[in-house]
Amino acid sequence: MDIIVCVKRVPETTEADISVDPQGTGILDSNLPFVINEWDNYAVEEAVRLVEQLGGSVTVVSIGPEQCDEVLRRCLAMGADKAIRLTDDALADSDARATARALGQIIKDLPFDLVFTGVQAADDGQAQVGVMLAGMLAVPHATVVTEIAVDGDTVRVVRELEGGLGERLELKLPAVLTIQTGINEPRYVSIMGIRKAMKKELAVANLSEINLAGDQVGPAGSLTSVTRMFIPTVEQKAEILTGSVDESCAALADRLKKGGLV
Amino acid sequence: MNEILVLAEHRGGTLGDITWELIACGNTLAEQAGCSVAVALLGRDVGQLAEQLAAAVGDVVVVDNDRLEHFVSDTYQQALVQLIAQRAPALILMGHTACGLELAPAVATSLAIPLVTDCIGLTFEGDALTATRQLYGGKVSADVLCKPSDRYLATIRGGAFPADESPAAAGTISTAEVTIEEDDGLKRFIEYLECEAGEVDITQSDVIVAVGRGIKEQKDMAIVEEFASSIGGVLACSRPIIDKKWLPKDRQVGSSGKTVRPKLYIALGISGSFQHLAGIKSGGTIVAINKDPNAPFFTVADYGIVADLFKVLPVLKTKIEELKQGS
Ligand SMILES: Cc1cc2nc3c(=O)[nH]c(=O)nc-3n(C[C@H](O)[C@H](O)[C@H](O)COP(=O)(O)OP(=O)(O)OC[C@H]3O[C@@H](n4cnc5c(N)ncnc54)[C@H](O)[C@@H]3O)c2cc1C
Repeated sequence: MDIIVCVKRVPETTEADISVDPQGTGILDSNLPFVINEWDNYAVEEAVRLVEQLGGSVTVVSIGPEQCDEVLRRCLAMGADKAIRLTDDALADSDARATARALGQIIKDLPFDLVFTGVQAADDGQAQVGVMLAGMLAVPHATVVTEIAVDGDTVRVVRELEGGLGERLELKLPAVLTIQTGINEPRYVSIMGIRKAMKKELAVANLSEINLAGDQVGPAGSLTSVTRMFIPTVEQKAEILTGSVDESCAALADRLKKGGLV
Repeated sequence: MNEILVLAEHRGGTLGDITWELIACGNTLAEQAGCSVAVALLGRDVGQLAEQLAAAVGDVVVVDNDRLEHFVSDTYQQALVQLIAQRAPALILMGHTACGLELAPAVATSLAIPLVTDCIGLTFEGDALTATRQLYGGKVSADVLCKPSDRYLATIRGGAFPADESPAAAGTISTAEVTIEEDDGLKRFIEYLECEAGEVDITQSDVIVAVGRGIKEQKDMAIVEEFASSIGGVLACSRPIIDKKWLPKDRQVGSSGKTVRPKLYIALGISGSFQHLAGIKSGGTIVAINKDPNAPFFTVADYGIVADLFKVLPVLKTKIEELKQGS
């Protein structure tokens, strides 16, 4: 069972104050901590568990600058066998299609039974790359996967639908699955673990090494582009109860009481 | 401009809410672009659903085929791609739902057309399509421009384009013929799986205290549990709490969890992702307590406190108890 997992390094923004960059098409991220995309973390864990069970190998693939190595080393520490990082200036501003094309170009020459991506990336939330990759590799796919059982040359998966409903599907291998959070409990990674994994292979490639031209990715190879990024000016609907904790709680309790809610 | 083709979504013999929102979105865009809207209904024995749709839109095109009984993207893709070839729509609209996630990128890849997902706004300027969508969990918005194309594909976020209140049309229903290839066994539907019912049904509760990733340690669940029962509420949560198995799945509020309509919803340490908010239906009072003043939850809440929830809870509990005793 050879499994490839595509991972993305993303800024951690849940509690951060975000501002848009001067060009107006990105955010200022130099002060933000970066992490592995939450969904990808579950995907790596799932791949490692399957290979622990069935034998085989896990290869993690990422696109991005040198800083991505930190994320890849973390995946190696989790139990992946090998990492590949694709980097090239021409890849900047690639849309999902161009990203899938670049990933597909690497993956098609590797042996694989399964390819995992996260359901979506926490930063742009497009949820496109995994399925596009499947189309380009001409293999079946399933999205929002919360359970995986491999049986010979097929895999049975549970997909999460709406309202707590799920569905079981059967796919022929090889296949691409996009992994949902909660499918497992990802293991803890220690600094020691990362240090130990330094011996594992981390290969770096550029576009020409994978036989892609610069205009097949980046703006020229993309069908969509972000023309403007902005902080939405929504009317803050909530009445924010200010003051000390004591004051704000008293004000809230009062309003809830008046509303007959407590 | 050519028509806008909306893909109706249905499961278990019922049209999904998103279908009516897609139609509303399509209608607005069609007015802007001066074109018409048609709804594509793919499935098996879907005559009744077609009638329902025809009461709301002028043009319903049905593909009725045994192989379309369950939503399996491979067969849906085959049918839809043929339908698109027959009708040559300028834009195809789908929901950003479990169906849309599975199907839209596959169709876009096979037709080599621009795709924008999870749109909260769409505009045509001439033939050029621009979409507005959110990034970074709703903290940032972006305009996305599609390269000029004969055809675009977009998926829309549930709730972003409210359905028309009283759509009325005397629509026509037509059928389209497509050929679906022999089953290659690459992808098959096996069964639906219902979420097991637990001891508490959060959809029946008037007061819900919901917790999210702001709770960082399992031991702290006791604090929120106690607060919830002190105000006569039940405990619910966002997805990360389920992922960590700190509460059973039937306590999850959101698109992939339960939809609730309580009189009071208190959100503690939940950022307010659209998937979570999709599970809270209007009517009641919403309170958000979050230490991040920019948390998207504050844009939908009625009252907010910007503070550490662990500092707020004990004080709020006392204040409420004092008021109760006073009356
Ligand atoms: C297909 C799909 C379906 C999904 N379905 C659902 C669904 O049904 N329901 C759902 O909830 N999610 C769902 N999600 C996940 C969703 O996208 C978000 O990841 C999730 O809702 C985030 O949960 P959260 O707000 O608790 O966590 P976060 O986004 O991490 O937010 C935590 C918040 O807590 C605040 N906080 C931290 N510490 C404190 C403190 N001490 N005091 C006060 N505030 C604090 C932070 O400021 C932050 O705003 C789905 C995702 C996908 C892809």
